[in-house]
Formats: sequence, C-alpha cells, structure tokens
Amino acid sequence: MQINPSPTPTAQAPAGPATDTRETLIEVRDLKVEFNIRGGVVKAVDGLTFDIKRGQTVGIIGESGCGKSVTARAILRMIPKPGKITGGNILYHRRRRLAGHQTAPAETNVIDLTTVDPDGETIRQIRGGEIAMIFQEPMSSLTPVYTAGTHINEAVTLHRLLPVKTLGDQMADKIMQYRHVTREEARDIAVQMLRRVGIPKPEQRVDSYPHQLSGGQRQRVMIAIALSTEPAMLIADEPTTALDVSIEAQILDIMRDLQRTANMAIMFITHNLGVIASMADEIVVMYMGKQVERAGVVDLFYNPKHPYTKALLQSVPKLGPKTGQRLASIEGMVPDPLHLPTGCVFHPRCPAFMPGKCDQIVPRWAEAAPNHWARCLLYEE
Amino acid sequence: MVNYLIRRVGYALIMVVLVSFVSFAIIELPPGDFLTQKVEQLRARGDRSAEQQVETLRLRYGLDKPFLERYFNWASNFLRGDFGESFEFERPVSEILGARLGYTVILAIATTVLTWALAIPLGVYSAVKQYSPGDQAISVVSFIGLGMPGFLLALIIMYFAIIVFNLEVTGLFSPEFQDAPWSFAKVMDLLGHLWIPALISAVTGIGGLVRIMRGNLLDTLGQPFVEAARARGLKNRTVTWKHAVRIAINPLITILGSDVFPSIIVGSSLVAIVLNLPTIGPVFVDSLRKLDMYLAGTCIVFLTIMLLVGNLVADLLLAWVDPRIRLE
Repeated sequence: MQINPSPTPTAQAPAGPATDTRETLIEVRDLKVEFNIRGGVVKAVDGLTFDIKRGQTVGIIGESGCGKSVTARAILRMIPKPGKITGGNILYHRRRRLAGHQTAPAETNVIDLTTVDPDGETIRQIRGGEIAMIFQEPMSSLTPVYTAGTHINEAVTLHRLLPVKTLGDQMADKIMQYRHVTREEARDIAVQMLRRVGIPKPEQRVDSYPHQLSGGQRQRVMIAIALSTEPAMLIADEPTTALDVSIEAQILDIMRDLQRTANMAIMFITHNLGVIASMADEIVVMYMGKQVERAGVVDLFYNPKHPYTKALLQSVPKLGPKTGQRLASIEGMVPDPLHLPTGCVFHPRCPAFMPGKCDQIVPRWAEAAPNHWARCLLYEE
Repeated sequence: MVNYLIRRVGYALIMVVLVSFVSFAIIELPPGDFLTQKVEQLRARGDRSAEQQVETLRLRYGLDKPFLERYFNWASNFLRGDFGESFEFERPVSEILGARLGYTVILAIATTVLTWALAIPLGVYSAVKQYSPGDQAISVVSFIGLGMPGFLLALIIMYFAIIVFNLEVTGLFSPEFQDAPWSFAKVMDLLGHLWIPALISAVTGIGGLVRIMRGNLLDTLGQPFVEAARARGLKNRTVTWKHAVRIAINPLITILGSDVFPSIIVGSSLVAIVLNLPTIGPVFVDSLRKLDMYLAGTCIVFLTIMLLVGNLVADLLLAWVDPRIRLE
C-alpha cells in the first residue's frame, strides 16, 4: 500500500508551543451557538476565537456543559436540534484531492463552514474525509450489527483516494491524479489501519462485531475509522473519558504516533488536565460558553492568567508528601445557563472578584502577555 | 445451533399437547354438549323422534364415553391426520378447514404485506420528521387505527361502499364467480375483492406498528453510533436506513412471528364475519359457540402450532439479523 506523500515541506515544522510557522487549517472567529429551548435561549458558545494549524494539537478544556462539544459539532455542522450557529465564522483552509481530476497539492481555498448546507455534499465530503471525529462513548459509537471492517470500509470507500499517476515530475509542485479505492483495497486498508492502532490479529478482528471487542479496542477501531481517510484534522471529543487509565495512556500514545506520521491537526476536547498537558501544543479554556484563556501549553500551566484557569489547575490532586492541606476546589456552583451572571460570568465564584467592576463590566478578549490571551478585567486598564 | 433447534421443537411439542388438552377441557366446561342444543332445536320444531335420533348420534360421536377417553381418541386420531368430524356440518373437520385454508392464507399474506409495507415507511418518516405536520397526521391516524376495532371499520366501509359507491364489498368473489372453476378472470375478481378486507385489517394493524417503529427509531437516532455514522460523512438517508432503522426494526421481527403466523389460521375473525369471508375465522368462532368440539379443538391446536412456529421463526430471523444474539 502506498501512502500519499505529505503535502508540503512547510507542514513539517517542528512541533512546539510557540511555532506559528505552520499553515492555518481552521480559523474560528467569534463563533456563537445558541439553543432556543422552552425556558429561553442558552448561549452554548459565545464569542469563541481560535486557530488550528496543520499538524497542531489544540486542547479545549472546561467543565461539563461549557460548550466544548458543541464547538466541535459546530465545525462539522452537526449541532443537535434546537441548536443554531447565530454568529461568527469558521474558516476552513481546504486543500483537497479530487478523484479523476488533476490537482496540484498546494492548492488551498478557504470556505466558511458556518454557511455551508449542513446536509449538503460539501460538508459530507469534509466530515470523515477531511475532518474526522472520535467520540466519548466507544462502547456505543459502533453500529452493533456491522463488523469493524464494515465501518472502516464505509469511511474509506467514501473518502479515501489513491494516487493513480504523477504528472510533470519536473515541476516544483507535483500534479497528482487520484481515484476511489475498490472493495478489496478498502478491506486491505481496514486491516492495515487496525494493525496501526495496535489491534492484535487484525486479519481476524476486521470481521469482529462491536460486542466482541473491549472498550479500548472499540475506541481503537474508532480511531482507525477516523484516520483511514487521512484527514487533515481529527476532533477527539473526550476520547478516553470512558476508558480506564492504562488503556487511556495507550490510546493517547497511538494518537500522538499517528499524528506525527500523518501531519494531522488534532482538536482535543477534555476536562482532564493531565491528558491535555501531554497532548496539546496550545490550550483554550472555556467557561459557560465563553473562552476565558488561550495560551501555549507550557505558558498556560506555569503562568495561568485567568482566575478560573488558576483555580482549575489548583484543583488537580498532586502526588507527593502529605501536606495536610485540603484539595482546592472552585467556590460555588456552575450558574444556570439561562440566567448567566452580569459582567464577567465567572465573578460569583472568582477569588479575585473586584466589586463594582467584575459584576458590571463584561471583560474583553485581550492579550495579557505575548501570545497569551485572556478574558479578565485584571488585565484591562 | 442444531441442539438449540431440537430443544425448541421439543418444548413446542410439549406445549401443543398441553394446549390441546386444556382447550379440549375448556370447551367441555359449559353444561351440556352439542347434542343437548340439537335436542332443544328438534323439540322446538315438534320433532317427536328427537330423543331417539340424538341417542344414535351420541353413540356415533362417542359422546357417551368419559372425557379422558374421548380426548385420547381424538388426540391419537389427530396424529394420524384424522381431526374428527364436525357435529354442525356433519363432515370431517379436515374437509371444512381445508376448503377455507387457502383463502385464509391468501388474506393473511395480503394483510401482512400491506401492513408492513405501509407501517415501516410511515413509522420511519414519523420519527425522522418528529413533530412535523406529517408526523402529527400519521400519529392521529394511527391512534384512530389503534383505537377502532376492525369490525367497526368494516361496517363503516361497507356502509359507504354500498350506499355511496354502490360497490359489492362482502365475500371474496362476485356472485357469478362464486362456484365457477378457477380461471384468470376469477383470480382478478379475487384480487378485486381482496384489498378491502386486507386494507381494513391493515389499518387496524398499522397503528400499533407505526407507533412502535417511531418510538424505537427515535431511541436509536439518539444513539452515539448514529452521530458517529453522520460524522463519517454518510448521507442522511444512509445513516437513517443503514444504521438506525436496521437496529430499530429488530423488535418488530418478534411481533411479525407472533402475529402473522397465527393469523394464517384464524386471522381477524370479526372482520371476516362482518364481510362474510370464506376464511377459517368465522367457522372457528361459530364452533366455539355451538360446542362443536372437534372443529374448535382442531382450530386451537393449529393456532398454537402456528404461534410456536412463528416464535421460532422470529427468533431465528432475529439471530440472523442481529449478531449480538447469535448463538456461538
């Protein structure tokens, strides 16, 4: 099996928190998602702005219900029913291969995902083919009556293209021609993908039904499905939450490995700070649909700016000699999403609360330090 | 697998014997027998020789023998294919049922095909477009179908067909074809009549199926594997039919087995009575009322066999479509 050459040399810049030399893949600009429910309007995502570059891992963290998963689904235009994108843009820098057409690899065009038809042809090519997603519940993410191979075949026959021939080798950019895979090739790819995600005896496991696989194996199959189409980005929505810790470590290893070889971006959604620290280059912290802080991973963990991020980091239990201190927790409760506090949404729980300011002025999204953004009045004049 | 089949068939045989015995006993329960009714009739007509006639009949049918002996006689003859004789018709049971079996099967198949061909798409539509005007309309109609007994619908349709459209809706044949030999024209005549009872039974049967299909599918559409299938870039139609309906339809297979196979024998008796159809249903109901025990008993035994076969077939089908319940 031949694997497509990686698109451009620039895409292989060394991974690191502050490298901005890589090409942009996704630009989320002031994204707003609202759910119009009986009791009123819930602003599930309110003014989210971040970039994902090719090959980069961006972590999105926050408590349950803070809008992480909705953001992921907004990118794929799969927001569940009463939810709607009410503002902002999701700019996707699309670089695609076409079956039967001759495509120069560096050809990139930008489309705004918020304006495409959510049931249309374009978004269906992107879903699974260019942006793949894995989910929180590996136990029920595979259709019970189809084998692992059937699932992979479905994605591969829809999206995977194989190079047929190379035209004009002498040119600076190679012009490639692609075709869809055949049934036999799809099965080969399925076996190969199962092997790559570390499933033992892949030639047999390809014919296993989901109930014959363990939770960890099912999540590996989900990853195999997602990566079988060589997507430009993988959205991982709490992919290890339902798994035990040793399996979690294996799954994360697989994802890191495959990302390195395939130069794929990952949007990693989690509430587990330990996991995100080992995975992400850049982190976006969300609270009640708002993005409260964004920084490189080292910067964020060693020098958090927003009081919410600080509190979140303090509430992680640490190994070490007994200190006698109680584990820190964040004061108060998550507010009712229908009746958000005025001013800064975090002010009722904030240890750095400034009366008369925080409860009245809505903080702006501002650069608190170079390449370190926060939404907090502490960093405003 | 073979072991499983043998065990299931074994249990089924025991069940048939028990049901035949219990039903035989229950038919016996009301005071008197078929002949006491007959005596009453003859007396009412002033027939002097009634008592004497009845005595000879009683001897002929063995009604003077004790209950157990009669049951064993009937049961052992049953195994040889002799189902006894009907008192009412004074003909062998096998002849009476045999003449009607064909039509009953045709009607059962027509009803089933119509019911399922309508119910599944309607249920799927109803679930996929939940709370849309179409869903609301389907829900209203299916609740009416659920709530209205088939015979009432049959009466209403008969009324409109005869008074408004001047159509002949009862029976399965027009009078001129009733006793005619089989021909192409007769088959066409049968088809022309068949759709009315099939539709009536279907409307009453569809209601429940639509609701079950809708509910199951709504549950399934909320499952993570449906979202995952969509995230692979499949078309909505593929996601719905290949991933969601495929799972949601499983419980209906059980209903298919326990519903369709028994209806091959008895079908909807009340509709058949109202529409004067030559199926087994009306004969069965009549035989129970008249204590025509061998006829009634035979119907019940075949009904039981069909129910058991239906369940077995449904279980095998279910194992075939759903790998989770396959026996390793």
